[in-house]
Amino acid sequence: MSIYNPLPVVKGLWTTFKSIFEKPVTLQYPEEKRVMVTRFKGRHHLRRYDNGLEKCIGCALCAAACPADAIFVEASENTDEERFSPGERYASTYEINMMRCIYCGYCEDACPTEAIQLGHDYELSFIDKRKSIYTREMLLDPVPEGKEPTPRAVEPGVFIHSIPEMKDPV
Amino acid sequence: MSETTGMILEWAIKSAVVAVICLLGFAYTTYYERRLLARIQVRIGPNRAGPWGLLQPVADGVKLIFKEELVPQSAYKFAFMLAPILTMAPAIIVMGVVPWGTQVNLFGRSIELGISNNLNVGILYILSVTSIAVYGIVLAGWSSNNKYAMLGGLRSTAQMISYELALGLSFLPPIMMAQSMSLADIVKSQQDIIWFFIPLLPTAIVFFISVLAEVNRSPFDMPEAEQELVAGYHTEYSGMKFALFFMGEYVKMFSMSAIFSTLFLGGYAGPWVDQVSWLGPLYLLLKIIFCLGIMIWVRATLPRFRYDRLMKFGWKVLLPFALINLLLTAAIIGIFGL
Repeated sequence: MSIYNPLPVVKGLWTTFKSIFEKPVTLQYPEEKRVMVTRFKGRHHLRRYDNGLEKCIGCALCAAACPADAIFVEASENTDEERFSPGERYASTYEINMMRCIYCGYCEDACPTEAIQLGHDYELSFIDKRKSIYTREMLLDPVPEGKEPTPRAVEPGVFIHSIPEMKDPV
Repeated sequence: MSETTGMILEWAIKSAVVAVICLLGFAYTTYYERRLLARIQVRIGPNRAGPWGLLQPVADGVKLIFKEELVPQSAYKFAFMLAPILTMAPAIIVMGVVPWGTQVNLFGRSIELGISNNLNVGILYILSVTSIAVYGIVLAGWSSNNKYAMLGGLRSTAQMISYELALGLSFLPPIMMAQSMSLADIVKSQQDIIWFFIPLLPTAIVFFISVLAEVNRSPFDMPEAEQELVAGYHTEYSGMKFALFFMGEYVKMFSMSAIFSTLFLGGYAGPWVDQVSWLGPLYLLLKIIFCLGIMIWVRATLPRFRYDRLMKFGWKVLLPFALINLLLTAAIIGIFGL
């Protein structure tokens, strides 16, 4: 039946003809990029508080939670002369191996201070595999406008808790 | 400059021009196809290589030239090298009888636009030359020393031979209307009577479908079925030889579009072509672009025919239809006169 009936062929041809006049869905990457959904899990960021201190206290819960064993954390003590974070410790070495990372977000869920968060950056390619280790400097957010960079000297007696309160400290 | 040297020079230059136009046509047909196919699929085609992607064929050509050519060890070398040439050459040669225009006066000579417009067996020439291409394909399949390429070659040969019958039969109604096999006469009679696709629309459709099958073009591209027979008869070819097969297919598309335009769409005829002869090639080019557009449109729409259905269609549907067409055309011309 079908090879003797030309009507479906003609209807198909008309449909494809109409589609010539639809606006193409192509984006001219890299000049135009798609906006990701809000909860898109891209590259990690180590966040800071509004006063410029780092949120990360070097507890390594993210390293423990990571299913791919991609995070390496070494903590050091904060002193009042050189303070990085408002708690007792900070992460002096913080490395994520982007080739191991599976972008699952478990580190973000495990973090007690909401320090590590997965952002929208997905353009992470490299040629040398040694460049796959993203260090603390690469992952840390920039200092907010007008605040001192860390490490900074603070008055003794202000930051006395080992785990800071979850709202923004002074 | 004596008459013979002038004549030889004229032929040489015209042949060179036709060859260059066919090759440029091939390059930009691939570009046109990618762009049109993309628009039908709601996307843009290549637009990065050069302004609007116009240098894309150049980039493809450079890539193919630099590719490593692998000749299988147990392939039959002479036949292996000959096959792409046998497929490609008829496509360019068949442009020799297509008339591009009437006459122009250049360099003190009256030059006719076209290499051999008045050949009194023009249609016969076309039919014979397109049959040579079949040899190239079966030779390619066999000389690759590869079972699957051989099967692809055989299938393709059978397909091309079957659809040549319908093609040949659909050449006859325009010959009957123009009362001559010469392509120049066919165009002139279209200027006098009416463009032949109007009275001979079923014939034009049969011709077009047969051309798609001759050129191994979707939906009849089972021999090249990329997903099935690896790449069919050109599996073992790489680099420039593969480029020649690819070229052969597109140049054949181009020349058969030219022939379709000449037979059914009026060739170089159009408004004011008698006064300004140079409009003739332009009109022919526009009609060729239109035909190529339809071929690309059909490719974008239809899925591939399964091989046995393809053969059934050629023999059981197209051939009887072409015969009945011929009968009716002959009857109507006989009864009502032209």
